[in-house]
Amino acid sequence: MDVLIYLIPIALVLGAIALAGFLWALKSGQFEDMEGSANRILFDDDAPKQNDEKNDDTGKR
Amino acid sequence: MADCLHCGLPIPSDSSGGKEFCCAGCEAAYGMVQGLGLESYYQRRCIDPDVRPMRPEAEETVFDFSSYVKTEEDGTASLHLMIEGMQCAACVWLIESVLARQEGVIHARINMTTRRLVLKWHPEKSDAEKLVGIIGQLGYKAAPFDPLVLGAETKAYEKNLLISMAVAGFAAGNVMLFSVSVWAGYFQGMGPATRELMHWLSALITLPAVAYGGMPFYRSAITALKSRRTNMDVPISLAVLLASGMSLFETIRGGEHVYFDSAITLLFFLLVGRYLDSRARGRARSMGEHLLALSATAVSVLNDDGSRSVIPPSKVKPGMRVLVSAGERISVDGKIIDGTSDIDTQLINGESIPAVAKPDTTVFAGTMNLTSPVTIIVTAVGEDTLLAEILRLMEAAEEGRARYVAIADRVSALYAPVVHGLALIAFVGWWLFVGAPWQQALMVAVAVLIITCPCALALAVPAVQVVASGRFLRRGILLKSGTALERLAEVDYVVFDKTGTLTMGKAELSKQNEITNDDVALAASMALASKHPLSRALVQAAGNNAIATKGVEEVPGAGLLLKTELGEIRLGRRDWCGVENNIPASGPELWLVRPNFPPLQFTFVDRLRPDGAEVIKNLQQMGLGVELLSGDREETVAMVAKELNIKTWNAGLSPTDKTTRLAKLAGKGHRVLMVGDGINDAPALAGAHASLSPSSAADISQTAADIVYQGDRLSPVIEILDVARMADRLIKQNFALSFIYNASTIPLAMLGMVTPLIAAIAMSSSSLVVIGNSLRLGWQQNKRD
Repeated sequence: MDVLIYLIPIALVLGAIALAGFLWALKSGQFEDMEGSANRILFDDDAPKQNDEKNDDTGKR
Repeated sequence: MADCLHCGLPIPSDSSGGKEFCCAGCEAAYGMVQGLGLESYYQRRCIDPDVRPMRPEAEETVFDFSSYVKTEEDGTASLHLMIEGMQCAACVWLIESVLARQEGVIHARINMTTRRLVLKWHPEKSDAEKLVGIIGQLGYKAAPFDPLVLGAETKAYEKNLLISMAVAGFAAGNVMLFSVSVWAGYFQGMGPATRELMHWLSALITLPAVAYGGMPFYRSAITALKSRRTNMDVPISLAVLLASGMSLFETIRGGEHVYFDSAITLLFFLLVGRYLDSRARGRARSMGEHLLALSATAVSVLNDDGSRSVIPPSKVKPGMRVLVSAGERISVDGKIIDGTSDIDTQLINGESIPAVAKPDTTVFAGTMNLTSPVTIIVTAVGEDTLLAEILRLMEAAEEGRARYVAIADRVSALYAPVVHGLALIAFVGWWLFVGAPWQQALMVAVAVLIITCPCALALAVPAVQVVASGRFLRRGILLKSGTALERLAEVDYVVFDKTGTLTMGKAELSKQNEITNDDVALAASMALASKHPLSRALVQAAGNNAIATKGVEEVPGAGLLLKTELGEIRLGRRDWCGVENNIPASGPELWLVRPNFPPLQFTFVDRLRPDGAEVIKNLQQMGLGVELLSGDREETVAMVAKELNIKTWNAGLSPTDKTTRLAKLAGKGHRVLMVGDGINDAPALAGAHASLSPSSAADISQTAADIVYQGDRLSPVIEILDVARMADRLIKQNFALSFIYNASTIPLAMLGMVTPLIAAIAMSSSSLVVIGNSLRLGWQQNKRD
């Protein structure tokens, strides 16, 4: 049963990564508009051009 | 007939937009979209017939959005807008793309779920008026709102629930990993050392998760206990905390049975239920807010230097001069100082014929200015308005409803003492009478608490609520209050308002033999120039025969005038047209006077909703008392009551009279459902046992009502009552199911025969049964569709 020494921490860490990922997604607002996100992928071919000088500002969204 | 390339509506024969467009506005919008290279929009979209057609408004009002525009730290400006008229995802793309191509725009993003747009731009390169104007030119309607006011609290609460849910879900999954190992160990022989390791790991994960994820329940339980009540959250908190605490103790002691998995899974399930419940209602609420914000008018104020600015109604002060354009709702109490117009006071007093307003006429907030622009000097704001008076009546009326205790809380008030008593009996029994060590006795008591499973009980109501609000939402019915379904199910008496509720709330030309189609066409062609409800009714009656005529003059408060070679044609009030006929009209009327023809009278009726009679009959068959309360004149009300076969009716009532009548009915032991739309109904809506309001209602009434329904028909009232009664049955069944389950498992637990494995199986199966039973509410509908 020595294998448990590796397996349990691995299982916990993987779970924790998933939790952290979810919390990050939630905090960055990815769950605010589920309907819109589902449809947006259909329109990405010519995404609206943003003004170049402010790329740093829009990059966050 | 071909459809307009832009808005998709049929093109009238005399279109100002040529052969391909229905109007010049659509032509311009199409040109703009094409000019920006976005014409692929027209292939991508699908038009939703239920949504407002995207036809640009002909007259543009220039608004000043300065009070809504926020300046960020980096000097950019931002504005939050609600958008109406979006057909599908392509519209989101179109608006975002068009805005992003405007100069100075940094960020334009629409949340499709809430239909809200966040707009950011450089204030030196563009301004709000221009950008919002572009949205209007495309054919959408945009209304500014303050994001801090709308739903910020609910959003924070929901986010909190979601985080708690994620933490509990993570912990539940991982603890289950260890628990399954331990359970397997029962049968295959796991050494005590490995088992203890598993227990310690479970404790390590569960304890912080229970401490954090349970916060929403603990908080609510403490609030309830502080005010010396109990609610569902008290037994939940107690079970979770006791199970975790006792399991920790057992782990330290090296015992065989721990219940970490039960504690954390219980918490996870409950959080899922709580979150879904909040979201279903939150969505209905946000749609309600959306409708309100779109109808809420900002006030345009005339400054001393002659310039105009638009400010929110809350910032208006007495003495300001306010401009109200034709077709706009008046949002202040005041006196007219300039202009003559017709004022529609339907929402205030139920009167269906507009009244003439001249300088010195007093007007009230909530009325609609119909025919021509007027300037009003504000006499009262805030506390002093008629609206505030109504609000005070509403608050007084609402107190009665605040005392209503939700069924879940009533059940838990019975359930908690019984369960906690049983646990105590088990503890005392095992310790004193069987002679077991106190640790073992306590373990049995905790097993009783866990197995009685507040889980199925706590899910009994939210599961049904979620399914019911989903079913309502698909029909355009917005369920706003959590206890509305329960209260609706108890209703035994229905009170209707007349104007706008039983009737359509707008005039329609009545059929008369002496009027030919040509007469209607002529009158309607003149009427195209006016926004008066009677003119609109004429235009509607004429359909495509109405041809826009040049040179029609509107004389506010009187009628329409057209000068032709043969002489004047007048369409309007009896005295203004010079008709010598003294037979009083039975309802609203218009006279058409022209050279070489005898004067012609058009009469109008406020038609009943098409399914009104059927709905009333159904309600009576369901054994409900039906009554009509109206502020309108006696003859009109009597006629409607007779037509709909309503035996009890009262006319000429003030808002106070209506609440008094409701209180009297309640005193007789009736549970009254109020259906109404006017501002004068708001106190009654707030005071009734339950209340409905159509989405065409005054915003204050929509706020007061438990449920808002959309559409022209009255049948949602039946649908709502049906669903409420069925939901009530299902909730009671759910409670019965969890009691049956408890009755069979409690003896096992008290005999000390329950292991964590049995507890886990019993708990999940009872929850699944309750959820499955609740889903029947949704299936029923699919069958009927």
